[in-house]
This record gives sequence, structure tokens and C-alpha cells, in this order.
Amino acid sequence: MSLIKIQTNIAISDSGFLFNPATGESFSVNPIGLEIIRLMREGKNETEICAAVNETYDADPAIVERDLHDFIHMLRQHQLLDNNGGQNN
Amino acid sequence: MTKQLYERPIIRKLETGMPGKFGMRTEYPPTTQIDGIPVKKITEKYGSPVFILSEDTIRTTFKRAQRAFSTRYPKVQFAWSYKTNYLDAVCRIYHQEGSWAEVVSGFEYDKALHNGVDGKRIIFNGPGKSEEDLKKAIDNDSLIHIDHLDELYLLIGIAGNSSRKPRVAIRVNMDTGIYPQWDRFGFNYENGQAWDAINKIVGSGKLELTGLHTHIGTFILTPNAYAVAATKLADLAAEISNKFNFRIKYIDLGGGFASRNTLKGSYLPGPDVNPTFDDYAEAISSALLNSRLDSSDLPLLILETGRALIDDAGYLAGSVIANKRLSNGKKSLILDLGVNLLFTSFWYDHKITPAQPFSLYREDTVLYGPLCMNIDVVRDNISFPQLNTGDGVVVHSVGAYNMTQWMQFITLRPKIILIDVKGNMHVIRDNETLNTVIGSENLPEHLKTN
Ligand SMILES: Cc1ncc(COP(=O)(O)O)c(C=O)c1O
Repeated sequence: MSLIKIQTNIAISDSGFLFNPATGESFSVNPIGLEIIRLMREGKNETEICAAVNETYDADPAIVERDLHDFIHMLRQHQLLDNNGGQNN
Repeated sequence: MTKQLYERPIIRKLETGMPGKFGMRTEYPPTTQIDGIPVKKITEKYGSPVFILSEDTIRTTFKRAQRAFSTRYPKVQFAWSYKTNYLDAVCRIYHQEGSWAEVVSGFEYDKALHNGVDGKRIIFNGPGKSEEDLKKAIDNDSLIHIDHLDELYLLIGIAGNSSRKPRVAIRVNMDTGIYPQWDRFGFNYENGQAWDAINKIVGSGKLELTGLHTHIGTFILTPNAYAVAATKLADLAAEISNKFNFRIKYIDLGGGFASRNTLKGSYLPGPDVNPTFDDYAEAISSALLNSRLDSSDLPLLILETGRALIDDAGYLAGSVIANKRLSNGKKSLILDLGVNLLFTSFWYDHKITPAQPFSLYREDTVLYGPLCMNIDVVRDNISFPQLNTGDGVVVHSVGAYNMTQWMQFITLRPKIILIDVKGNMHVIRDNETLNTVIGSENLPEHLKTN
């Protein structure tokens, strides 16, 4: 199962702000987005992240999977993922 | 342990403190109800999408416009521009409020008669009146606004055989500083065409020159353009009085006042920058009162205001069909309402709000309609919260032109609901069905068997 790696130099605050020192760009994520990024940092793969979200939240697993996919896509779009991470998902 | 409420994960890039490309104000509260009725209840009962008109907003907006002018000029008459929205229920509200009818085709003319408007109170504009249309208008003593010389000659010919002297005005086009100049309608002021037409009318002895008309354009954001137009028509009227020794009875300044919509490409939202009725009324009234007109016998001021009167009273409620991520990473939503219903999305960045509460997180989003056509874009960029399939949306200020210029294209047209001043809902136009479309088709005999 694919591993998604957030670039190690990205600063993440508890209130959901992300800062990329390489580009000077800042981002904000919502609480669930922050939780997912933390799980990525802990080295969890997509399946594990989905399971964790379904554990905590009242949601349809199919929707959680779809939304996670979309979220990862956005992280890649913003160049926040490690080049080697998540390419084979 | 009860689980937490789920919301999709979102990441948004922060644009350090600068106003976005589309201005600062993109935050609106959700529109959960219209005139006190929950939007969800309306769509559950009448389907999605559905057009909704507020009778209360129609009447209060009309009264506001009427007051702006009647407190500044002694004689004012509105004539409801049928093409803007010619649903019978809508027209009758305006007629109850005292509006005459302004029509531009035989069909609209018949609709005004059908709505009980006295023929004397129908203004007949437009370049395409047929001989039959003109005869009917003469019989009913309507106000015929002549658009071109061929129409003028036709009228003189018909009037020769008629017992009634037709009451006519000429449509004048002119330079008011507004670009583009609408010079394809009527007779030009600056190059003398208008005088040429006036001389022919008076010289014929067959027509009664009752008024002067202009319509300088639509969504005019500079009230001063109306001051220029009013002054030029007042000059014409004064010269006519000098030369022929009779008084023009009315000056008709057409339509064109801006509604509260935001024009595409406008940096600031329409409600913040568009002129109000008071701004237009001030410019027009002071121009007329300071003109060469005889102040003891001022002509009636007629206004054919369309969109500014009805836009805000109309809503289009619909729902989300799907979320979709575009190849460049941009977010898009597919709605069940498209340009087939929302013709005005080609002109405006319509205000669109979710119909239910939403969370803080927003993303730049494209809103597409359901048509399988590339042009079907309702908003090409809107900062929008996260919505899911089935969630409701409300498009605001859609009362003008959409319910007349909508297309039966790919899908069928939905119901139109009127919420009356007591909060009761009425279906004022039913949704189309397959039979609406095939009912007027004819199948040749040889194609009836498969
Ligand atoms: C002759 C005439 N009068 C009135 C109107 C109504 O204009 P608006 O909706 O811009 O007020 C129009 C619209 O095109 C028009 O052509």
C-alpha cells in the first residue's frame, strides 16, 4: 500500500497552518485535514488513514476514501509531498 | 462513544492579505429561506431546480423606484418592459402597481391585452412590427414608437385609410458618452435623422406626434448618460414646440438602469457600486427641470425600467450533482442548473450561496451546469465552501430576462413559483414535460413504423 510522505521541511502548526520555507507559501487546513497530515507524518498509509478517520468520524467509508484521494491530489498540486512519496497510488 | 461530524479534508493556499482577483467580499451567509419559507421545503415540494419570485420584493422595489422619481419630477409613468419578464402573474403585479405595458412584438402586444391593459396604455416599441401589428395598435389607440423610415411610410399609408389618427413617437438614438452606442434602433439625433423623421410625420398630417423616445442601452452605470439623453430629448421637444407650435406630451427614456448584479469583470460587487434609483432620478429630473422645456407644462416622463425592477425578486434554487477536481487541481461543482436556465450568467457573476449552513473552509471553485456543452459555466471562479451531492444552492437576482430568454435545450424547463405577500406559494408556470416538446412535433407517415 502506498505511503504518502509530506516533505520534511514543512512547518505545521497546531491551529492548521502550513508553511513551506522552500517557496514561502502558506496554507491552511481544516481540523480533519490537519489530523490526516499528522497521520501521514506518523508514516500511515492510505488504508490506515481511512480506517483512522472512519474510527473517529461518522462518515461513509467510500466518501472518506474519495475525499482522501482528493486531498492527496491537492497536497501534490501544492508541491507539499515528497517526490518519491505517493506517486504509485 | 459517539463519532464526530465528518467534513471533507481541505487545504487552501493563503494569499497574504491581498484582496483576491474577485474583490474582498466573498463571504455570504447561507440562504436557508426566501421570504420566510425554507428553501429545502420549496425544492422538496416543487423539485430542483426551481425559479422563485418574491411578490413582496417586486412591489417594494417598484414603490422605491416610483418614489425616487415622483418626489423629484411632477409627472412620472412606468411602463413594464414585457421582454424582461412576461409571465402573466408578474405583469399583473406591475399593472396593479400602476404600470403601463411596453412591448416589442405582436406576441407581447397580445399578452398585454390578455393581461387587461387598456390599449391606450400600451407602448409599442421595436424594429419588427408587421402591418397587422400596426393596424391593431392603431385600432386600440396605442402609443406606436417608430423605429425606421420604412415603418414611418407604412404607418402613413395605413393611417390614410383609417378613421383614427395614430398616436406616435419616434425612437431617437444619440451619443450620451456610453459605448457602444445603440445606433441600430431609431433615428439619430446628431446627424439630423431625427429631425427628418419629425418633419415627415408632421408634414404628412396623418399622424399625431405624441412623444419622444430613447433607450440608450442596458445596465448603464453612469447616471449622467441619462442626463445627457434627457437634455437632448428636451431640446428636441422645445424646438418642435417653436417650429410647429404644439407640445410633445411625453418624453420616454426607456430602460437600462443597473440592478444589483455584478457585471463580469467588475472588480467590486454590484451592490456596492451600482447607482440607485435615487441616483438615476436625480440626474434625469434635474436635467429635465433645467432644460429648455416650459416648466409650467412639463411633459410626462415615461420609464421602461426592466431589470432594475425585477432582478432582485428572482431566485433560482438548485442542487449539487457532483464534486469534481479538474486536471489543473481546481475544484469544480456540477449543478442541476445551467446556462439553459441562467442566460444572464453570460453577463453577470451571479451571487450564489449554499442553501444550508456550511463550515468556514472555502476553495476557489468553478460552477458548471448539467449540460453536456463546454459553454455551460455558471460561475468561472467563486470562493465557495464544501458542498456534497444533494446540497442546495441559491442563485440570486435572476428575475430579469432568464424567464424569457431561457432555452428548452437538452433538459426541460422547471416550475416557477411566486411567493405572495402573505407567504403563500403559487405555481405560476408549470414545469415542461416530454409532451410539451413532442406535442407540437409532427411525424410523417413513413416514419411512424420502425
Ligand atoms: C426599448 C426598450 N425599453 C426597455 C428595455 C428594458 O431595459 P432594462 O431591462 O435594461 O431596464 C429594453 C431592453 O432591452 C428596451 O429595448
